[in-house]
Amino acid sequence: MNWPILSVVTFLPLLGALFICLVRGNDNLAKGTARWVAMWTTLVTFAISLVLVVRFDPTTADFQFVEKHPWLGIASYQMGVDGISLPFVILTTALMPICILASWTSIQKRVKEYMIAFLVLETLMVGTFAALDLVLFYLFFEGGLIPMFLIIGVWGGQRRVYASFKFFLYTLLGSVLMLLAIMAMYWDAGTTDIPALMRHGFPLGLQKWAWLAFFASFAVKMPMWPVHTWLPDAHVEAPTAGSVILAAILLKMGGYGFLRFSLPMFPAASHDFAPLIFTLSVVAIIYTSLVALMQEDVKKLIAYSSVAHMGFVTMGIFAATTQGVAGGIFQMISHGIVSAALFLCVGVVYDRMHTREIAAYGGLVNRMPLYAFVFMVFTLANVGLPGTSGFVGEFLSLIGTFKNNVAVASIATFGVILSAAYALWLYRKMIFGTLKPSLEGIKDLGWREALIFAPLVVLTILFGVAPKPVLDMSAASVAQLLDNYQHALAAAKTAALMAQ
Amino acid sequence: MNQLTQLHGLLPILPELVLAGGAMLMLLVGVSVHQSERSSSIVNGWCVGVLALAALVVVLMPAGRYAVFEGSFVVDDYARFLKLLALAGSGGALMLSLSWLTLEKQQRFEYGVLFLLSTLGMMMLISAADLIALYLGLELMSLPLYVVAASHRDNVRSSEAGLKYFVLGALSSGMLLYGASLIYGFTGTINFAGIAKATGHGASIGLIFGLVFLFVGFCFKISAVPFHMWTPDVYEGAPTPVTAFFAAAPKVAGIAIFVRATVMAFPGITHEWQQIVVFVSIASMVLGAFAAIGQRNIKRLMAYSSIGHMGFALVGLAAGTPEGVQGVLVYMTIYVAMTLGTFAVILSMRRDGALVENISDLAGLARTHPTMAFFLAMLLFSLAGIPPLAGFFAKFYVFLAAIKAGLYILAVIGVITSVVGAYYYLAIVKIMYFDEPVSGFQRMPGSLRLVLGVSGLLVMLFFAYPAPIVDAATVAAKSLF
Repeated sequence: MNWPILSVVTFLPLLGALFICLVRGNDNLAKGTARWVAMWTTLVTFAISLVLVVRFDPTTADFQFVEKHPWLGIASYQMGVDGISLPFVILTTALMPICILASWTSIQKRVKEYMIAFLVLETLMVGTFAALDLVLFYLFFEGGLIPMFLIIGVWGGQRRVYASFKFFLYTLLGSVLMLLAIMAMYWDAGTTDIPALMRHGFPLGLQKWAWLAFFASFAVKMPMWPVHTWLPDAHVEAPTAGSVILAAILLKMGGYGFLRFSLPMFPAASHDFAPLIFTLSVVAIIYTSLVALMQEDVKKLIAYSSVAHMGFVTMGIFAATTQGVAGGIFQMISHGIVSAALFLCVGVVYDRMHTREIAAYGGLVNRMPLYAFVFMVFTLANVGLPGTSGFVGEFLSLIGTFKNNVAVASIATFGVILSAAYALWLYRKMIFGTLKPSLEGIKDLGWREALIFAPLVVLTILFGVAPKPVLDMSAASVAQLLDNYQHALAAAKTAALMAQ
Repeated sequence: MNQLTQLHGLLPILPELVLAGGAMLMLLVGVSVHQSERSSSIVNGWCVGVLALAALVVVLMPAGRYAVFEGSFVVDDYARFLKLLALAGSGGALMLSLSWLTLEKQQRFEYGVLFLLSTLGMMMLISAADLIALYLGLELMSLPLYVVAASHRDNVRSSEAGLKYFVLGALSSGMLLYGASLIYGFTGTINFAGIAKATGHGASIGLIFGLVFLFVGFCFKISAVPFHMWTPDVYEGAPTPVTAFFAAAPKVAGIAIFVRATVMAFPGITHEWQQIVVFVSIASMVLGAFAAIGQRNIKRLMAYSSIGHMGFALVGLAAGTPEGVQGVLVYMTIYVAMTLGTFAVILSMRRDGALVENISDLAGLARTHPTMAFFLAMLLFSLAGIPPLAGFFAKFYVFLAAIKAGLYILAVIGVITSVVGAYYYLAIVKIMYFDEPVSGFQRMPGSLRLVLGVSGLLVMLFFAYPAPIVDAATVAAKSLF
């Protein structure tokens, strides 16, 4: 029973991509083959990743399904998941078939290349979450830039070149500093093994610099205010499935990085820099919500709302309380589903009308009742209505922060109100009101679109009503993370006292 | 009996003997057979074989450290590693030349012979352990280079490139020689080990002057800032396969002697030379990154790119540790592969019987030649240092060494310039993938496909099995200290 299941989940999509490479020709047959191969590859990958869930032991905080092979000399090929990374692996594998399905008819040019890019991207994303070695992690983390750059640049909208360059260079600049920090950590600890680094206590000076370097990378990826400006551009120009992956998975790498590296490896620095994170998070929540209110482009509005929601995540994580961290993780999973669904909703009307301007829509409920229902579910989840998954995450991270910092939590609460304002305003503008004459002939969701939305609607409500399975999965890991964090802080405090 | 021992004593220079003998043999064959395009092309093809044979001899040579000619010629693991690399660079560049020579009707047997002689100079340079051997190797390497740069006789730009390279090269050789004489004057020896002994307790100002002049010569050969001015013009003017040769092989030999001379002769005055290397490295990386942005001609762009890459390689030397030297070796290996692959594509940018050199000519390559575009894109991402491609590991090892040596400022500036540099590599990918296609190129000749395929696969799959190159580099680096 010792087959390398994580490596299979990681590299199976790559195999599918290689297979598509072999498909010759550019006719409809080749396109169809590429689509079906991509579909089956992602579905099988998802099915295998479910084996991970079944066999996962949620009672322990240890890494599971660990594989280790010699690789670089200084770094080894080491994979494994715990309660923090497993939800992200599943989120990735689950969303991929949906992305492929969403691109089924909307992508008509260079289908083969498109599918290859997506499959390669899946390998890199799963690898990012499953890597247990810093260098390996960096490899997957940065490698994702290449396919995403091509997805935005080749299949994107009007200003795709600008958006793709901005995305690439912004993220790269953040990450190279992290690379230097990784090297400094290697020379201090003598290994790049992540579990070993978590146990290794770094000296305070190195902690601070390394924390800042990791922060530079993850803050851009997350993105946090004020380095979020690449996100609206990238979202607006990317094709629908590209936006989905960007919002649902790539942004989560930032939060995952904070949880996996910043908090456990640099506890003292995390504690010292928490006020900085709180400030930026609160600014993000309030400021970008206000910016979202002013948008005329649907995708931009959702992009800014993503930045605001990520503010809750960073706030919760660095509150370093059980509720805060659990809430941060849950919020990321929930946002992964909800924002993905919202971008898919935009994709539905964009495919029909080829415009993303809010003003171009109105009264859609008259022609698209099913669509109106689906859109409503996700709008309410975005607002954080109790009973939807959005509520649980926001609520937990707010509670967690409240224990730690009342002022920050209070201000952030206003963000919830603002999110209701822009989301409901968007919904009213697009769905209600009088039907625009240009929309007379618009058709409701087809069966393929319904198939895309069905699982997302179910999950949004299911996780809203019964969040326990997700929370249980990560509970043990979160508890241990915070336990170690508190111990390290106490030890640092004692050491400081001794020095006096 | 006596003769036999002597022959045994010459065994360490067997690869050089193969090259020298091969070059002379090819020269004889070339002049004695009927002069025609066909016979010349066969001779040039055989020259690739001579290089391969020399490489085989290097591989088969027993391990260990040998010194011959009173210690002025050293064969150690470091020399073996770099000799293989220089031979691979020369061989690859000569392979790239074959189809070009035929298509441009420039087929002449001297071409291959000059490559062999220049490579022989590189091999001597790599093994040089005193200042005289160093100068001999350097000149033997450079003189054929001046000639091949001007080998396109009817082309004004080619002649100009050859002349420019010769004049500036002669100047730099003079400086190097002046530096060598100062060093000799202040230490009383030309042997690297002897110089190291003499500088064990600090150095006089005269010796520092000599060191600076010596470095000027090295920097010129590897086109590091501020002695890079010749590079863009010569790269652009020289025939394209010759440019590929310039970009690959002499750089390897130049870096090799730079590292060997610095590490072996001046370990006592690390602080003095380290600041020079740090400055040159930063200046090269910054100039390479920023000056390339505005280029329209792909050969000029590759010139600035190579300046930047030499800056990155020097980061490893600046560290001055075994890890740093290992980084330099890994860097140069991957650099040679990336350069040859990229030039294989540049040489197949042939439209209506003539080579085109503008970056905009690559527009829409992803649709007209998808495989070629894919390989070039991977090479460009690798040149930019994006994981999981080989170029990332190249940068990884040099910066790893710099961090250990405490050169944080250098490392930070280095990675930031690599982001700036990524911009212009991305700009080429953008032209290939995002822009509308112009008319396609002619069919890619088989030899170019081979070079592109091998280097492309090496760059793409390096991450899967890096151990052979990295381990060999570790062993090679250790043999210097």
